[in-house]
Amino acid sequence: MSTVAHEHDHHHAPTGLKRWIFSTNHKDIGTLYLIFSLMMFFIGGAMAMIIRAELFQPGLQFVDPQFYNSMVTVHALIMIFGAVMPAGVGLANWMIPLMIGAPDMALPRMNNMSFWILPFGFALLISTLFMNGGGPAGGWTMYPPLVLQLGDAFPFLIFTVHILGVSSIMGAINIIATVFNMRAPGMTLMKMPLFVWTWVITAFLLIASLPVLAGAVTMLLTDKYFGTSFFNAAGGGDPVLFQHIFWFFGHPEVYILALPAFGIVSTIIPTFARKPLFGYASMVYATASIAILSFFVWAHHMFTVGMPIKGELFFMYATMLIAVPTGVKVFNWMATMWKGAMTFEAPMLFSIAFVILFTIGGFSGLMLGITPVDFQYHDTYFVVAHFHYVLLTGAVFSLMAAAYYWLPKWTGYMYDEKLAKIHFWLSTIAANVLFFPQHFLGLAGMPRRIPDYNIVFADFNMISSIGGFAYGISQLLFVYIVIKCALGGKKAKAQAWEGAKGLEWTVPSPAPFHTFETPPKLTKSMLEN
Amino acid sequence: MVSKQRGVKKTTTILFVVTILMFGFGYAMVPLYDAFCQITGLNGKTQRVTEGAGEASPLIDREVRILFDSNVNGDLPWRLKPSLKSLKVQPGKFYDATYTVTNMADVPVVGQAIPSVSPQIASLYFKKSECFCFVNQVLEPGETKDMLVRFEVDQDLPKDVGALTLSYTFFRAKGDNS
Repeated sequence: MSTVAHEHDHHHAPTGLKRWIFSTNHKDIGTLYLIFSLMMFFIGGAMAMIIRAELFQPGLQFVDPQFYNSMVTVHALIMIFGAVMPAGVGLANWMIPLMIGAPDMALPRMNNMSFWILPFGFALLISTLFMNGGGPAGGWTMYPPLVLQLGDAFPFLIFTVHILGVSSIMGAINIIATVFNMRAPGMTLMKMPLFVWTWVITAFLLIASLPVLAGAVTMLLTDKYFGTSFFNAAGGGDPVLFQHIFWFFGHPEVYILALPAFGIVSTIIPTFARKPLFGYASMVYATASIAILSFFVWAHHMFTVGMPIKGELFFMYATMLIAVPTGVKVFNWMATMWKGAMTFEAPMLFSIAFVILFTIGGFSGLMLGITPVDFQYHDTYFVVAHFHYVLLTGAVFSLMAAAYYWLPKWTGYMYDEKLAKIHFWLSTIAANVLFFPQHFLGLAGMPRRIPDYNIVFADFNMISSIGGFAYGISQLLFVYIVIKCALGGKKAKAQAWEGAKGLEWTVPSPAPFHTFETPPKLTKSMLEN
Repeated sequence: MVSKQRGVKKTTTILFVVTILMFGFGYAMVPLYDAFCQITGLNGKTQRVTEGAGEASPLIDREVRILFDSNVNGDLPWRLKPSLKSLKVQPGKFYDATYTVTNMADVPVVGQAIPSVSPQIASLYFKKSECFCFVNQVLEPGETKDMLVRFEVDQDLPKDVGALTLSYTFFRAKGDNS
């Protein structure tokens, strides 16, 4: 690996703003994605703070209901498409070439474009909040006929979805093209790090599901402006059809957010347990089966829409089936830790919290998947609690773990471990104070997406809001830790973590601008999974 | 390196094609859904027949109760009421029912009625030879009209269905901008 260190001298990197705007370097684009997603995380988070402030007490306090609903809608769109997905793509950009020994992504120019259209997409979306008729307020699921009542913001919403879809699809194509064609000699598919595997499968999900969403929103557009009747009952269409098409995308989307998280945790737990990942092959197969099954369960999001009993049963059983490969994963993570020489640095703490809290979210998901009880839980805060457990304490926690884990490789410095641990405990406690009471609220019947509530729900809402503010504030600590780490600190070794395996730890920290221009020679120990 | 680039090109091309196919699949779900609904009666749409076309089979001794229901979409300034609340019918025989509709607006308005039968399974056996929902209805300002639906319940209606609801919702017709 001695050739790597001085290779960045051959080829001068562009400097200043141009370096970022015209960048075709996977590390720079990865950094852009990660910074962008962090910014979106705070914009979406600010909206969540408005929501929790309004729900702090019953009655209408701060915002009018229309604006409240647009906060709910835009918060969801920003967090899903702006925070979690780009963060995952950013990690993929940074780490996949390093992990498989490739010099860069397969399609560097497309990589640049897939990033740079994102800020425009979100500028469109956020601008709708200032338009005649307000921002989108019918929920991020965009169900007609409600969404068609949106004012000037409607075409902007549709084009935002189109742009984000195009960006994600280009990113996905790039990842698959890279992994299938650019691996170092000797790295067979079943020798790849699990993070790479989960991302390949995620990329296939993106390619198969996002075009369907693009189709659905295009139908909305033509229904509103061009006289088609896909979802217009008066013209012979059916609004329920939209729900079917949307959730055909929507359920794979859930795993688009979750699978990279599985990959991150499967990378971090072996490092800090100092044991190879238990059941590597079963992890790969479990991930693939989750991905395939995710295309056959969509209607569990719409049990109450009026379906034949046979349909409800099919979707219920198919949903239950997904618990099996997911269980395989959870047990594999536990077995990896079993009798390991564990230490508890921040990435490991976040990963362990992920395993526990994601499982809680998984269990509430199973409850929702049971058709008869879903009739009670549907559209209540129980659903809100469920998907925040899997998305916030699941996906977001894993992203935090990934950030701490790879920060030494990105910046060349170790982050402040003490502050990171404080960040971890604050986040974990606050997130549970925030979302656990929402289970009870939902079971007691509090509906979602409504700014006011019956006073019987007041106490739990107040607790939840306090947790929300605490969570929001403690994320500022994360920004401080990241900036502090980027500016300096204890120098990181090439192998920043004692137990870390994988090619990314064979290049110096920070990783030089160009790496693996000549493919690395893989030793047997590097290929151990 | 060259073979690598060729590989990248091939993978990229295949994936672009898949993307476009999946976009098409989104649209293919529209006819698929219609076909699925027609087979299962999923969205409660009723069937259309021509009277006297098939061979009449002897009537069986069975009574089914039809309940009439009506709704008007929020967009439409109309009032709709069934003339009868319910009717007992014998499967295999044609019956007439009427709905009364009034235009409350001071401009002519075009409406379109959409039927729905519940329970869903019964919609496959509910057959109409004439219905005001077959065409757009135009009402002058303040006009009131009685509208006819002529229907039979198929003799093959599952035994456990003793009553069914026929519901109409009037929507503003597509293209009516009054």
